[in-house]
Order: sequence, then C-alpha cells, then structure tokens
Amino acid sequence: MNFVDAIWTVVKVAAGVAFGMNIAGLLGWVERKQSAVMQDRIGANRADIFGFRILGLFHPLADAIKMLTKEDFVSSSVVQPLHTIAPVIAMGGGLFCLAALPYGGTIQFLGRAWSLQPLECSCGVPLVLAALAFGVHGVMMAGYASGSNYGMLGGLRGAAQMVASEVCLASSLAGLLFLYGTLDFQQAVAWQSAHAWGIVFQPLAFILFLTAGAAVTKRTPFDLPEGESEIVGFHVEYSGMKFGMFLITDFMESIVICGVTAALFLGGWLIPGLDLPSMGLLGGVLMLASFTVKVLALLFLLMQIRWTLPRFRFDQLLDLGWKNLLPLSLLNFLVTAWGIYLWR
Amino acid sequence: MTVKAVERPKRTLATQIYLIEVWKGLAITFRHLFVNLYRHLLRRPDASVTIQYPEDPAVLGRRARTRHRLLKRDDGAPRCTACLLCETICPAKCIRITAENAPDAMIEKRAKTFQIDLGMCVYCGYCVEACPVDAIHMDADDVDTSRYSRKDMIWDMAELMGDKPKRPSAPVADR
Ligand code: SF4
Ligand code: SF4
Repeated sequence: MNFVDAIWTVVKVAAGVAFGMNIAGLLGWVERKQSAVMQDRIGANRADIFGFRILGLFHPLADAIKMLTKEDFVSSSVVQPLHTIAPVIAMGGGLFCLAALPYGGTIQFLGRAWSLQPLECSCGVPLVLAALAFGVHGVMMAGYASGSNYGMLGGLRGAAQMVASEVCLASSLAGLLFLYGTLDFQQAVAWQSAHAWGIVFQPLAFILFLTAGAAVTKRTPFDLPEGESEIVGFHVEYSGMKFGMFLITDFMESIVICGVTAALFLGGWLIPGLDLPSMGLLGGVLMLASFTVKVLALLFLLMQIRWTLPRFRFDQLLDLGWKNLLPLSLLNFLVTAWGIYLWR
Repeated sequence: MTVKAVERPKRTLATQIYLIEVWKGLAITFRHLFVNLYRHLLRRPDASVTIQYPEDPAVLGRRARTRHRLLKRDDGAPRCTACLLCETICPAKCIRITAENAPDAMIEKRAKTFQIDLGMCVYCGYCVEACPVDAIHMDADDVDTSRYSRKDMIWDMAELMGDKPKRPSAPVADR
C-alpha cells in the first residue's frame, strides 16, 4: 500500500462515517416529519434561524446543541467505567459498519484505480454482521452499569431480543451468500451485475432480513429495550450526549442494515443498463448516488413501518425470532442450497 | 342498552401470516402520507389538522372548562352572595372570599373580595356546580392564563367580572 492509497483510505473512512452521521441527523428530522404527515399533523417546525424555518430542518441542529450542552448527570449508583464506555462501544460498532459498506465499486481515474469502498475486505459481510452484533455489548453494559433495576431489565430485554434477531439476520443471508459464492460485497455486487438483483432470487430472505434488521436496530415495532413511553429502557441512567450516542446508534444501525440490504438484495451501487465502472469519475458519482438513493428508500420504508405497527409483546417478539424467522431462514437456506446443487 | 357487542375478528391463516395485515396497514399510512404531501404542496388547509396555536386562535369545545367568570345581576351588581360554598368545595383551595353586608336587604350578603388563584386551580369545575345562585361560570373561553409571576396568576373580582382587564404587575417584554 503506497502513500496515496493510505490517504485515500483515510478519506473514504471519514466520508463513510460522515455519510452515516449526517443521514442519522437527517433521520431525526425525517422521523418527525414523516410520522407527522402520515398522521395528518404538521410536525416540529418551530426552530428557526433569523426567522427561516425550512420545514423544521433546524430541529436536528437544535437537538444536537441541546444534547451537547445538557448536563451530563451521572447517578452515584452507576458502575464506572462501564457506564462511560457503554455508549462508546454501542456507537463504535455502528461506526465501524459504516466504514465497511460498499458505497461504490472501482473506477479508473487519473491513470489509476480508485476503489470507493472504505474498508475493503474479502469477508466484508460477516465483518459487518459481527460489528453490528457488537452493539449488543453496549446495550447490556449500559443496562448493567446503570445500577438501576429498570436499566438492568431493559438491558436484559435488549440482549435477549438482539441475540434472537441477530441469529436470523445472519442465517437469512446464508442462502444469498451461498448463491453469490462470496463473502465480499464487491463480488456480490459483481454477481448481481452479471445475473440479476438478489431480491429476485431471494424475496423471502429480503423480508426476513429486513424484519430481523428492524429488530436488531431496536426500532419500533421492536423497541422493547427502550420502550420510550411505557417501559423504561436500558439508557434510563444516561443523559446529555451519552444518551444522544445511543440515539444516534439506533439510526446508524438502521443505515447499516439498509446499506447491507441495498448491497446484497438491491444490486448495491448498480444502475440497470449502465456500465458504471467504465465511466470514470461520472461513474463514481453515479455509483454513490445510486447506493445513497437505495439506502434512503429503504430507510423511508423502515420509517414507515416503524410508525405503522404497534409494538410487539416481548414473548411475541421472541417467538417471532426463534420460532418463525429462524426456521424460515434455515428452510430458505436449505431450499436455496438444493436449488443451486440441481441447477449447477 | 347502549352496549354494542362487537364480534372479535376471527384468526385466519391470512391474519396469522401477518405480512398481509402489515401491508394493509402500510397501505393506509402510505395513502395518508402521499395524499397529505400532495395537499401540502398545493398549500391546501386540509393537509393537516394541526392548529398553529399562538398564531391561529385555539378552537375550544363548546363545553370546554376555561377561565372563570363571575356573573352579574340585571342591575349590574355581582350575583355572588358570598355563601362560600365554592370556597369550601374547591379541592385546590384556591378561592378566597371575604363577605360584607349587601345594601339590598333581600340579598343580605355579598362578596367584598373574591380571588381565584389560577396557578393552583385544577379546572375541576366544582365551584360552578356548587354555586346556588349561578354566579360563577367557567366559560370565558380564555386559555392564555399563564403569567410570569405567581402573583399575576391571582384574579380578583373586578377582573373575573370583566370590569377590569388583567394586566401583568411588572412590565415584561411583550412576546
Ligand atoms: S375549578 Fe375547581 S379548583 Fe378551580 S376554582 Fe373551581 S373548584 Fe377550585
Ligand atoms: S358558591 Fe356562588 S354565591 Fe357562593 S360564594 Fe361561590 S360564587 Fe358566590
């Protein structure tokens, strides 16, 4: 790896993280506005700068300022340093995933090849899943370190739920990866470029993956770990930016889930009918745009689901994970494996 | 009987699969989302039911319990006979009445001062129920009762009868 490569990787990682952080901020706005409009309301629109409101787009900014300047109250019952580390761990997993997503392929520009994926790795898919699974440590740690029974119970709920759905998350991808014959995002996209988008071959896995993904990211209808309005959650003893980090983590994990879905099921950065890698700089821009649009569309769908369905009961959630999603994804894998065996 | 028995929806395979029901729910919310967005684009007022309260006036129900009002007799004298029933029943103990002799011998007694501390009032409406001479109502249709000091939350008799407008005690910046 020469000097230019090193700098380029740093730039890409920074850009990937910035992508996630900005979209996470934007999601705070989308969440408010989308839920408001579909419920015949207007939504938050009062934050203004010099009288300009721009559809309430300043609210995420106001949120950030509030989170950063709020008193970081730490109760005397917490277990240090776990209490401080927990949000960092939860967020670290999400940030790492953001840097491993395939935002684009490889383009030729200025006489050399530029890869648009920040962290290239021949086992990108399991790497992302593992980093995503790492988030459960943050949740459990936060619950335990709170020194409060409510936090503890929330952490336990979170752990049980995330393990249940994490298993389905990985196993629902098994058939697809078997089909692609690779664990690398770029090769998976290349396979889809040569054949067709993954969702065509694995529609069931798409639904399973999105469902398990929504459960992993702890968003409604699976938001039992936090239960914002009724049951108190694992971050009950957190305030200020530490709480904000848990909040952003949820959004970032949603972005990661949508990114993986887009890469493996919706053709990643592909645009049907265009040969992007041969188009130089323009191709690169189009790759990024295509991937971003797909991720945003999936986020929009997840957001809509979040505001449509009521929360599951906890036993229903575990039943869904262990008794429905997991058998279905294993069945999907078996059928796919036999199909590939007979097809070859 | 006004009880209407509603049959519990049957569980069928279609509802058990759940995905179909999810899709139906999504269809409703998506329809609302896009229809409302379209109306917002055309700046139609039916795009949302939100009342932008301080700019637009609040829309109150006909039977809403709002700020108290003391009623007058035909000759302009206060109806209140200072029987203290409202002061007695008030669960928030926020009514203060002092009585005096009324010039009219048939009325005998009337309120000299009458104060309600709206900062403590729970808007239960018991005072209205208790009044034997229908002297107090909660229908001023005024909900902007908050002030910058506790003292300003106390309304006296003239203000409750509408003879004197309620003004803040100390000058505060006009908002
Ligand atoms: S409404 Fe209830 S609380 Fe308020 S003054 Fe009347 S009796 Fe007291
Ligand atoms: S109950 Fe009616 S008449 Fe009696 S003191 Fe109160 S307002 Fe006056």
